[in-house]
Amino acid sequence: MPASHQGETSSPDRIRAHARGLRADVPFWSVRWYEQGTERIDVRNDVVEPVRRSIDRGAMVTAVVEGGVGYAATSDCSLAGLQGALDRATQWARTMQGRGVEGVTPEALGLAGRRGMAPPRGSLEHRRADLIDLLRAECAAARIDDRVVERHLAIEMRKVTSLIVSSDGADIEQSFHHVLPSVQVIAAANGISQARTWDHAQQGGIETLAQAAFAGQARIVADEALQLVAAPNCPDGRMDLLLAPDQMMLQIHESIGHPLELDRILGDERNYAGTSFVTPDMFGHYRYGSPLLNVTFDPTVAGELATYAFDDEGAEARKVWLIRDGLLERPLGGRLSQQRSGLPGTANARACGWNRPPIDRMANINVEPGASSFDEMVRSVRRGVYMRTNTSWSIDDSRNKFQFGCEVGQLIEDGQLKGLVRNPNYRGISATFWRNLRMVGAPGTMACHGTLYCGKGEPNQVITVGHAAPPCLFGEVDVFGGAS
Amino acid sequence: MEAWFDAIADAARAAARGSELVLLWVVAERSDFVRFNHGRLRQAGSVMQRHVGLRLVDRGRQSSVGLELDGSRADRERIMAAVDDLRGIVAHLPEDPHLLVCTDPVSTLDIRRGDIPEATDLAARVTQAATGLDFVGFLASGVQCRGFANSLGQRNWHAIETFNLDWSVYLRADKAVKAQYAGFAWSDAEFGRRLDAARIDAERMTLPAERIEPGEYRTYLAPHAMHELMGLLAWGGFSARARAMQWSPLQRLGAGEQLSPHVTLAECLRDGTAPRFQADGFVRPEEVTLVDRGVFRQALVAPRTAREYGLEANGANGRESPESLVMSAGALPDESMLDAIGDGLYVGNLWYLNYSDRMSARVTGMTRFATFRVRRGRIAGPVEVMRFDDTLYRMLGNRLVDLTARRERILDTSTYSERSTDSALLPGALIDGLRFTL
Repeated sequence: MPASHQGETSSPDRIRAHARGLRADVPFWSVRWYEQGTERIDVRNDVVEPVRRSIDRGAMVTAVVEGGVGYAATSDCSLAGLQGALDRATQWARTMQGRGVEGVTPEALGLAGRRGMAPPRGSLEHRRADLIDLLRAECAAARIDDRVVERHLAIEMRKVTSLIVSSDGADIEQSFHHVLPSVQVIAAANGISQARTWDHAQQGGIETLAQAAFAGQARIVADEALQLVAAPNCPDGRMDLLLAPDQMMLQIHESIGHPLELDRILGDERNYAGTSFVTPDMFGHYRYGSPLLNVTFDPTVAGELATYAFDDEGAEARKVWLIRDGLLERPLGGRLSQQRSGLPGTANARACGWNRPPIDRMANINVEPGASSFDEMVRSVRRGVYMRTNTSWSIDDSRNKFQFGCEVGQLIEDGQLKGLVRNPNYRGISATFWRNLRMVGAPGTMACHGTLYCGKGEPNQVITVGHAAPPCLFGEVDVFGGAS
Repeated sequence: MEAWFDAIADAARAAARGSELVLLWVVAERSDFVRFNHGRLRQAGSVMQRHVGLRLVDRGRQSSVGLELDGSRADRERIMAAVDDLRGIVAHLPEDPHLLVCTDPVSTLDIRRGDIPEATDLAARVTQAATGLDFVGFLASGVQCRGFANSLGQRNWHAIETFNLDWSVYLRADKAVKAQYAGFAWSDAEFGRRLDAARIDAERMTLPAERIEPGEYRTYLAPHAMHELMGLLAWGGFSARARAMQWSPLQRLGAGEQLSPHVTLAECLRDGTAPRFQADGFVRPEEVTLVDRGVFRQALVAPRTAREYGLEANGANGRESPESLVMSAGALPDESMLDAIGDGLYVGNLWYLNYSDRMSARVTGMTRFATFRVRRGRIAGPVEVMRFDDTLYRMLGNRLVDLTARRERILDTSTYSERSTDSALLPGALIDGLRFTL
C-alpha cells in the first residue's frame, strides 16, 4: 500500500488525541476517520498496465442537537481541521432544527461509550513482481484462439481502517483487507462478440488468490467465451430457471436487498435510487416468497465482502432474519431509520468513505441453504435454462418489475444439462417471482459472492455488499435471448 | 484553491530529476450537500476534499499514486515524498508501450465564479418554498476544481462555482414529477417559477393511473429521458477502445446499421461545464463530431488508446465517455407535442437502463416520474411504470419521427466520489412504435 506521508497529522492515535482537544457546544458529536490504501495491477493483452496506487484518507465530523444533525468532512485531519469541521457540522445541525425530519435526537445517535476493535483477515504482504508474473502467465494462458480479442486480468488490493470516537467516550477501530482478482475475456467472430468474466469478491489477504483458485481461471474463462460465440441465442418462452450463486447475488441484491432498505421505505431515496413496493405495514405477515425462502442480514460470515463488527454509526452488528419461511420479518435500517419508523432494523448505517455520511445499506444479505442437491434440481426440470454470472440489470424504482441478463445460459431438457446458449435474459416482478421458488440448494452448494459497486444515496455512494446463496430453482419464468 | 494548486504544481516541477516527467491531476471541491424528504431537511453537511493524482514517467515507464491532500504547506513535502516513492517503483516496471502524455505545454485558465447564497440559508429557503408539498430532493453547491500540471511547466486550471437542485414532487406512491434548477447564479424568483411549474405538472398526476399492455406505442421521450438513454450509450458507445475490442454497443453502426438522418451527436465543450483539458495534459478540441446525420464519424480516442491502436487522439478522457454531449435539434415544436403524439405515451424520465443485448444495441429500462398516456392529442392520465426493450437502431433509427426544436442543457447531478462537471444539450425525441414489454 502507498504511504500518504500524512502520518504527522492523520493516524488513529492522532485522531484520538485531536478529538480530546475539540471544543463543542452540542450534546453529542463524533469523528469518523477513514483510510483506504489501494494498489491495482492490470495486465491487458500481455501488456503490464501502469501500476495504480492510492491512499484516500479523511474524517467526517457529525454534530447532533435535539431535532438536528449535521456533518462536515475534511481531508485536513489536524486539530484545526477537525475543529473547523465540527463547527460547520454544528451549524448544519442547528439549521436542521425545526426544519428536519422527525426522530433526530442526541440519544438516538449517541454511543454510550461503546468500544471495540476488529482486526483484518489475512496479510497483504506480497512481492509486486510475483503478482505481475502471475497475471502475465494467466493472460498468456487465455490466448487460446485468434477469436479471443481481449484478455484483461487484474488484482486489486485494499486495506481499509476506520475509527469512530465520540463525545460520549466511544472508541471503535476496525480494519479490513481485500485481495480482488478478476478476469475478462472477449471473443468475437462473424459479427458476434461475447464476454466472459470471473472475479472473487471477498475479504482476506493475499492467501485468497490460492483459495479462489485464481491460477488457471483465465483459460477456463477464455474457453467459455469461445463456446458462447458459437452458441445459439437463448430460446424465448415461459420455463423453469435455475440460477447459479453468482446470479443469485444480483437477484437477491436488486429484488430483496434494495426493497427492504428502510430509508427507501421512508421515502429518502425517492428522488434518486427510488422507493419500495414494501410498505411498513407488511412486516410480520407479508408473504415475500415460497416457504423455501429464508433470508438473513449476516455481517458475521467469515470472509464475506461486507462482514464487520460495527456499522459506521457505531451500532454493533449481528445476524438477524429478514425473511423466514417466506414471510417478511424486518427491514434493513440503521438506528436513525429505526427511530423514525418505529420498526426494528439492523446495523447497516454505512458510508463508502470519509466524505459521505452513513445511510441505510445492504451488508451481507444471504439466502440460507435448503435441502436440494444441484443434480436433484436439474433432474426436476423438463424444460429450462441454467444461468450464470450477471451481465445486465434493470429494475423499476419500486424494485418490482425487473429484467436481468447473464453471460452464460445452459439449456436443461428432460432433467439433463445440454448445450450453452448466449444472451440469456429473464424478466419478472419481485412481488411474485420469489413465490415461484421451487427448490433451494443444500449447504454444500452455497457460495459467497458480492459486488464492489452498489450505488445509492445523495450525494452518491458506491459501496461493497456481500451475497451468499446456493443455486435456486424458479418455476414459470419469462426467459428470452438477444436480437438475432 | 488556485494558490494551493500553484504551490503543489511548483512542488511537482521541483521533484522531477533528469529525464523524469512528473504529472499532476487535481480533483478538488468545497461542497455543501442537502437532502430533502417530505419537504423537510433529511441530511445536510459539507465536504472539503483535495484529491491529487501524481504520475512519474521515466524512460518509457510510468507509475501513479492518488493522494488526499489537506491544503496545508505540508502538501509540498508530501508531493516530493510521493515522487520519491514512485521513483522506487518505476525503476522495476517494464516499459509501457502504450504510454502517451502531452510534452508540448499549453496552459489554460478557466475560472467561473457563481452568485449563490450560503448553503445553510439556501436550505432554509428551499424548505420554506416547498411548504405543503411532498418535496424530496438534493441540493449540491460550491466550488469544483480540476487542474493539470507537469514538470515541463504546463498548468491548466478549471474552477466553477455552481449549484444543482434536483427534486421531485410526489402525489402518491410512485406518482411524481421531477425538476431541476442548476447554474451559476441562484434566483429565488426563478426557483419559485420552476416550483410552480412542478406543482402544475403534479396536478396532472391526480388523474386516474392507466395500466398499459405490452406492445408498441408512439412515444415521446423528453430531454431528461434522452439524457438517460445517452448516459447508457456513453458507457462504451463512443469509445474507440471498445470498438477496437469489438465490444462497443454501437459496433454495428457503420457496419450494416445506421441511425436516422435526424441524429447528429458531438462532444462539444462550448457552453458546457467540463474542463478543456484531460489528465494526460492534452488540451481538448472544442468539438468532436461522433455521429453525423445518422452516420458514424469518429469515436472518442484517449491518448493511451491512440498509442495502442495507431489512432489519433482527440482529447478524450481515459474512459472515452463524453463529458459535454450535444445532440442537434430537430423541427418538432414543443407546444404541439401532444398533437404529434396523437395516441401514445409522453415519457418525462427513464430509469435504470441497461443492455439486454449489447452487440445489437438492444436496451431495456423503465419509465419513471412524469409519464402519461396520450389519446387524441390530450393527456389521459399517468401511466403505471412500464418496461421498454428495443434497439437503438429502431429508437434513433428507422422509427425516429423527429427531434424537438428546443433543446435542454442538463447539468449532470452525479456525485460519485466528486461532483460531476459533465453536462449535455439534448432535444426530445418522438418515436413511432417503441416496444414495451412488462
